Amino acid sequence: MSDDELIWRIAGGSGDGIDSTSQNFAKALMRSGLNVFTHRHYPSRIRGGHTYVEIRAADKDVQSRGDGYNFLLSLGDSFARNPQEEAYYGNEEIKPLSENLDELREGGIIVYDEGLISEEDVEAINLEERAEENDWHVFPMDLRGLAKEHGREVMRNTAGVGVTAALLDMELEHIEDLMSDAMSDDILEANLEILHEAYDTVNEEYDFEHDLRAPTGDHGAEQALLSGSNAIAYGAIDGGCRFIAGYPMTPWTDVFTILSQNFPDMGGVSEQVEDEIAAAALAVGASHAGVKAMSGSSGGGFALMSEPLGLAEMTETPLVLVESMRAGPSTGMPTKPEQGDLEFVLYTSQGDSSRVVFAPGNIEEAYEQTRLAFDIAWEYQIPTIIIYDQKLSGENMNVDVEFFDREPEPGLGSTMTEEELKEAAHDASGKFHRFQHEPDNDNHVSPRSLPGQKGGRYLATGNEHSPVGHISEDPDNRVFQMERRVQKLEAIRDELDEERPSNQTYFGEDDAEYGIITWGSSQGAVVEAVERLNEQGHSVRGISVSDMMPFPEQEMTEFLESVDEAMVVEMNATAQFRGLIQKELGRFGEKLTSLLKYNGNPFEPAEVVEGYEVNLEDGDREPTAQVRIEPAAGD
Amino acid sequence: MSAFNAIGEEREIDRDEFTPGVEPQPTWCPGCGDFGVLKSLKQALPEVGRTPEEVLTVTGIGCSGKLNSYLDTYGFHTIHGRSLPVARAAKLANPELEVIAAGGDGDGYGIGGNHWIHTARENHDITYIVFNNEIFGLTKGQTSPTSPKGHKSKTQPSGSAKTPLRPLSMSLNAGASYVARTAAVNPNQAKEIIKEAIEHDGFAHVDFLTQCPTWNKDARQYVPYIDVQESDDYDFDVTDRREAAEMMHETEDVLKEGTVLTGRYYVDDDRPSYQQEKAAVGEMPDEPLAERYFDDDAEWERSYDLLDRHT
Repeated sequence: MSDDELIWRIAGGSGDGIDSTSQNFAKALMRSGLNVFTHRHYPSRIRGGHTYVEIRAADKDVQSRGDGYNFLLSLGDSFARNPQEEAYYGNEEIKPLSENLDELREGGIIVYDEGLISEEDVEAINLEERAEENDWHVFPMDLRGLAKEHGREVMRNTAGVGVTAALLDMELEHIEDLMSDAMSDDILEANLEILHEAYDTVNEEYDFEHDLRAPTGDHGAEQALLSGSNAIAYGAIDGGCRFIAGYPMTPWTDVFTILSQNFPDMGGVSEQVEDEIAAAALAVGASHAGVKAMSGSSGGGFALMSEPLGLAEMTETPLVLVESMRAGPSTGMPTKPEQGDLEFVLYTSQGDSSRVVFAPGNIEEAYEQTRLAFDIAWEYQIPTIIIYDQKLSGENMNVDVEFFDREPEPGLGSTMTEEELKEAAHDASGKFHRFQHEPDNDNHVSPRSLPGQKGGRYLATGNEHSPVGHISEDPDNRVFQMERRVQKLEAIRDELDEERPSNQTYFGEDDAEYGIITWGSSQGAVVEAVERLNEQGHSVRGISVSDMMPFPEQEMTEFLESVDEAMVVEMNATAQFRGLIQKELGRFGEKLTSLLKYNGNPFEPAEVVEGYEVNLEDGDREPTAQVRIEPAAGD
Repeated sequence: MSAFNAIGEEREIDRDEFTPGVEPQPTWCPGCGDFGVLKSLKQALPEVGRTPEEVLTVTGIGCSGKLNSYLDTYGFHTIHGRSLPVARAAKLANPELEVIAAGGDGDGYGIGGNHWIHTARENHDITYIVFNNEIFGLTKGQTSPTSPKGHKSKTQPSGSAKTPLRPLSMSLNAGASYVARTAAVNPNQAKEIIKEAIEHDGFAHVDFLTQCPTWNKDARQYVPYIDVQESDDYDFDVTDRREAAEMMHETEDVLKEGTVLTGRYYVDDDRPSYQQEKAAVGEMPDEPLAERYFDDDAEWERSYDLLDRHT
């Protein structure tokens, strides 16, 4: 809550350059030694509409958006539709100012472009009165005029950054460097002029009465600013993936785009295809022929992948899919996050599920678990899914550059070479025993061959099949094959428990009375909430779970036995993860309550703190935030 | 040193190599046209110099989907309507493979229609054989996309109100660079057309008329058939889109009346295949991607080298 942090919100119309400006400003803050975290809010349209990006910067660790924010740069919406026709559209130009006021903290700063937002409009929203009540410091600046004078009107965001830097008493050095990296010649010159002019104007014309200044910090090591989508794409590259097939859909498109742009230089292949059934089927085909391949989508597109996903399970074709959740059902809210697809991703497709599902909770986990997904998928010949959401997809965080200094892992796991195939079991006609009943190993994986290899000929089929792949309905064969596929998941669980660092993240006090459980991208807000609760004298331990399937039975049992009660925090309306815990463990129902949010916005830490307080201390009180508390079984 | 030494092997090939040794025996009904497709493939493959282990046969679901159960190659029996996306990715992953996709009329022209259109449009270098019996066989005789108007079945008890789909015309419009029709009752022509289709560099679509003696008894056995190249009654240039389109239209029209026209309809040897197009824009690796995973000297790019843009 304190102002040892800057939370800067830049608001404007879609198309006003909010993304690129905020990206550069976040980098400048990072280069100055601060930890940064960005949060993107945008509507599902190309031009206009109210959009903002929030950058939280502090010397301490920041892994989540904060509670509210303390600096608003409102550009106004230059793409506002037909302002003369207010009867149809209302006044959109002022919305990036008027609609952002509720969350601005007391003592906060407002800069708005008076070149675009008219005086009457500002009067109409009673800004002066509200500023007085909340001790806001308001700076109307003619950003548009300034930009026009030295360059072009679109450069008014640069003017806004100059004003921001002056008001926060920041050096311009990092901002100038970043501009020089991104622009050249006349454009660069004009932007630099605008930046300085804005900076100087503020310093000359205003006496500062506000307390807020840019924090200072020091990283000690070089940092990179990247999003969850970057991390997933990079995990795939380092996991040896060189084939991706997809169909555009928000928010999954980010991963697809990043890999499509990088693969040509890496000898990889990217295919944009007719639909998501084809996309996943292509990934299956490429994998079958010997390439580490992936596909992905968001909810609606992933629904179309159910068939090829099942085919990969039955034919034991290695495959990585990513599912970037957005608010559903159906088209839902395309640009808003939700964690509502968990049960869908775990169970979609006919028959018993035989897949691995990881839900990374932050940028580093997104990289780590995507790499792991390729490892597991190719070793165990099983589809592996990364489930994340619009929030993790688009948020940026700084990570130590050194974190990525690792060797790639392009190995094909349990795939045989022609040499190895010579020694392998074949039937009388020379067909390779691709699906042995009892392979000679502990992990129940029957090694595979690839088309074109000598001595590896077999049939892959979505029907139940014999060791060489012939369609078979023989009961004994069925039981052998079914059990072997199921046992692979048990073997994966053993490997995750015994040979790998845990994918679950623990925080708070080890020996606490109360537990808070979350999964996926809600991690950051919950980590911060638990920290605050413990600072306030509560005794709370947190766990953020990534292993959705196979379920981390041992770790969850230990966690739940160690606390008296626990609250499960997730972004959906039906407490899906809590349901999964109860299904997998068959107990603890009386210990588990839920804090649920499904209004399209991710959790803020204060909402989790409040949820805890309401839950534990005075259950009769309603939370002030737009969340719901679901009591424990029997309550 | 290739990791796939079955590919490009120079040796005598016996057509018996494509017959599974012990089992399975075909489960197709006696007199089924599907036997004709199997036979023509077994004859064509040795003649084009392909061995069982350098061929990947990708099938859909239905009686036709069992083709690769009875044809001894590398096989992938996929799901209903999805043979084409699986097949074309396998070809992109390892372009040295001979990739043949196959399915029925319901599989390819119905549920998988979208994939057919786009695979033709992109001109992937694969062969696509559609077992066209104008009916759903394995599910016991329902009306299919190519069933004639008025066709009665359990699901269309009053007779189908739908005009049948035009497979040849559709394929031409979508962009296929080789389009032919043959029939199970015409084994010599079938073998020759399958050979041409396999050797064609681009998407080669063969609409293969396969009589269904069990569920489509009313339909003719596709005899007598007429080869449009052999017959003096027809004269058109297979390399001319307009003439081909007219001939296809007529062929589709007269089939409803019981006249079975077969032969090559469109051949475009100049159109680059999809891989060539993709290579031309710099998005196709020079060496088969599948080889790289076995190459100990291969250099693997890593994300650490991409971080400049993020610092």
